[in-house]
Amino acid sequence: MKDSFLMKDKAGLRMLSILGAALVIITFLNQAVPVDNPLHITTYTVTLFGKYLCYALLALAVDLIWGYCGILSLGHGAFFALGGYAMGMYLMRQIGDRGVYGNPELPDFMVFLDWQELPWYWQGFDSFGFAMIMVLVAPAILAFVFGWLAFRSRVTGVYLSIITQALTYALMLAFFQNDMGFGGNNGLTDFKDILGFDLQSDDTRIGLFLASGIALALGYILCRWIVSSRLGRVLVAVRDSESRTRFLGYRVEHYKLVVFVLSAMLAGVAGALYVPQVGIINPGEFAPINSIELVIWVAMGGRGTLYGAILGAILVNYAKTWFTGVLPDAWLFLLGALFVVTTLYLPKGIAGLYSQIRERQAEKKATSASSNTEPNESIPASQDAQKSKLVEEV
Amino acid sequence: MNRLIPFIALLMSLMLSAFSHASALESQFEHLKSKKASEKAAAIHAIASTGEPQAEVILNQMLEGKLYYVKRSGEFVYIEKGEDKKYTAYSALSNDTVGTFKKRELKKIRVNNRIRGQIRTAMATLQLNSNDSDLRLKAVRNLRDALDANILPTLKSNLETEENSKVASALEVTIAAIEFAYGDLDLQLKSAHVLADSDDPKILVLFRKALEKTAKPSELSSAIEKSIEAIESRQKMYGIAENLFFGLSAGSVLLLSAIGLAITFGVMGVINMAHGEMMMIGAYTTFGIQALFPNFIDYSLFLAIPAAFLVSGAVGILIERTVIRHLYGRPLETLLATFGISLILQQAVRTFVSPQNQSVENPSWMSGSLEITESFGLTFNRLYIILFSLIVFFALMALLKKSLFGLQMRAVTQNRAMANSMGIRSNWVDALTFGLGSGVAGIAGVALSQISNVGPNLGQTHIIDSFMVVVFGGVGNLWGTLVAAMGLGIVNKLIEPWAGAVLAKIIVLVFIILFIQRRPRGLFALKGRAVEG
Repeated sequence: MKDSFLMKDKAGLRMLSILGAALVIITFLNQAVPVDNPLHITTYTVTLFGKYLCYALLALAVDLIWGYCGILSLGHGAFFALGGYAMGMYLMRQIGDRGVYGNPELPDFMVFLDWQELPWYWQGFDSFGFAMIMVLVAPAILAFVFGWLAFRSRVTGVYLSIITQALTYALMLAFFQNDMGFGGNNGLTDFKDILGFDLQSDDTRIGLFLASGIALALGYILCRWIVSSRLGRVLVAVRDSESRTRFLGYRVEHYKLVVFVLSAMLAGVAGALYVPQVGIINPGEFAPINSIELVIWVAMGGRGTLYGAILGAILVNYAKTWFTGVLPDAWLFLLGALFVVTTLYLPKGIAGLYSQIRERQAEKKATSASSNTEPNESIPASQDAQKSKLVEEV
Repeated sequence: MNRLIPFIALLMSLMLSAFSHASALESQFEHLKSKKASEKAAAIHAIASTGEPQAEVILNQMLEGKLYYVKRSGEFVYIEKGEDKKYTAYSALSNDTVGTFKKRELKKIRVNNRIRGQIRTAMATLQLNSNDSDLRLKAVRNLRDALDANILPTLKSNLETEENSKVASALEVTIAAIEFAYGDLDLQLKSAHVLADSDDPKILVLFRKALEKTAKPSELSSAIEKSIEAIESRQKMYGIAENLFFGLSAGSVLLLSAIGLAITFGVMGVINMAHGEMMMIGAYTTFGIQALFPNFIDYSLFLAIPAAFLVSGAVGILIERTVIRHLYGRPLETLLATFGISLILQQAVRTFVSPQNQSVENPSWMSGSLEITESFGLTFNRLYIILFSLIVFFALMALLKKSLFGLQMRAVTQNRAMANSMGIRSNWVDALTFGLGSGVAGIAGVALSQISNVGPNLGQTHIIDSFMVVVFGGVGNLWGTLVAAMGLGIVNKLIEPWAGAVLAKIIVLVFIILFIQRRPRGLFALKGRAVEG
């Protein structure tokens, strides 16, 4: 069974094999090729790629709900950041008495704030297993509560987008508060090691990079499995016509809620892998602009394709790294233009570019053929256009 | 002008042949030199009671420590520092230039804090007879700093002749305060009762001090406590009123920033994420106009309002024609595209103007406040913003409901095809409506430039709030926007005192998120078929 859904997904298989090859080659070029060889990839670059892989996983999570269920969340950065904070709390506890103040129990910022004991919500984070559970549970709870309230009362479309944005904005303001006990403005940083491995060492970084790649691959397979299952078909039906699906007897809000929570958990995992690689998590990750930016990764790569989201995330972030290094002023111009151009000219993203071009060619042929035959031929084409318009409207 | 004043003063003093007065002043000078504080105080009092205009000059210079006498001639002068450690001296009697002196040729009339207090009181008694009622009021209040029983008769006689009711009631309070400080028990009881109506914080201090002195509970202490209670409960009321006022002004800022959005989002159904940047453009237009006419800051806003409307409106129409036109009926795509535009506009400001915040000046008529009682005033800038937002709101309302353009706009939003067939050029109406929404955002930007930083991030800080207001009030309903903006502003300010600014904001956001779950279409939802359209 499992093979069948993967085997049908040609583009996905291609993407997975490229990902696998990239993991192997990059690891090889970093580890086996000597430093002075021009083919050598520095650990810094590997970590950068690891970061992109985390973003790709996050984009995958957004594509699952936006591309397949029509839920445009402008607050998915919140789930990413929550997963990141859960991981950050574990890493904070791992510092132990090696902090500036040398307190074995309390992280530095708490000592600085003159706190006497660990708050209750920090308990248990010294165990890796518990922290990993929280990476999944914390975003899931938020997504469940939020989604349950929102979907039940049928908040849809732009309203949902706007309140998800408000959600992440409120969280950002809250996490900026020192009293919250998450390090306030500075967030959590100065991590030392993870599971006993030094975070600064090359081996750990390669390990994290590989872990991100594997997580991405597993995430992709999970998402592909969901969208090709019966659940996935209902989701597409909800996307294309929510009320029609409801009238057919499906509990739309339940389907939406399930996929929303799953997506939030994927985002949490992405955040948890992201934090040890960049070495910091702060409230800036909750900023609404981050969440909107990640939507454009998906839009540019091609929504509703899964592999498109991965492609988009890696391409846009690579461009971002390159541009902010070479022409820092130009980056926001380019990103802005990307938003405009993608929505105007690439409704299906890069992934859909090929089929878009082929369609257009076919259309041309059809119109040139129909112009000298009877006009009946053009009717199915226009119906098709109407249908696709309906899809877009949702 | 400055040179003329002393000259005129001199002429006047000559014409009135005020030699005798001058000598009355002069006769006190010897006492000023005295080292005895009491003698000095008496001299100050005597100088003030001559009622001469020059007396005020002398006391003022003395207060500032600029009154000297020339050692050789004994002439009294006040000095200005000149070049080369030399001082220009002016006669204390006539304001004439006496000459330039070195410091060691002069001897200072020393003042300490106690003397300063006495000078202030003396000056206040002088100003009590000023023709300017504001000056009189200030003087009467200043007399409460150092309560002086000697001026009681003056105050009482002034009270009889005072015509200005504000000054008269201030006089009553000051008299009562002096009587409370120096009078016998009966008088104290009576004055404590009078003082309960005063809002001067100095009175509260006076009461507290008196309460400390009367260790045992007595008739007096209970009277004082009663008065304190009355004052404090009144101040609590003012506190609430002040919060309401702050809430209204915060609400009107919200209203201004949301109202343009209410048009583009509410009427056209277009999610304009670049709305905040339209406000930013308006604020920068204000900055530009002030830079162009630096000498007319007071009038700059009157030019900036139409200019900002035109500039932001033009940018809005440009955006509509080039981008949004292609995205009608696809709200999520519009959201993303306009967000891209907002990024481009922000970066354009950073690159071509400056990444730093710009300082936009406030016109002088914006500063100051409307005094309601001594401890409670409404600042003019907030008052004007409330007023301005309401003007903009009702003007827009009138435009939508009464004008031909408004009629066409409503026709197009209700039934585009029908409007088209009635001969309305719906394309133009779309562009103009979007331009109108953007232009109003520009006007909001002018107002924002007066109360917050003008920088590339100005738009971002307001966009989420504006969306919240529109969604909360109900899309497509301008009245809803008004109620939502004022309501959220007031709620926010009422929570703020006990929760802090940030937490208040979070609470309000969470409240809106929960509220939308209950009523997904906002406070004042459109009913009937229009909802499905």
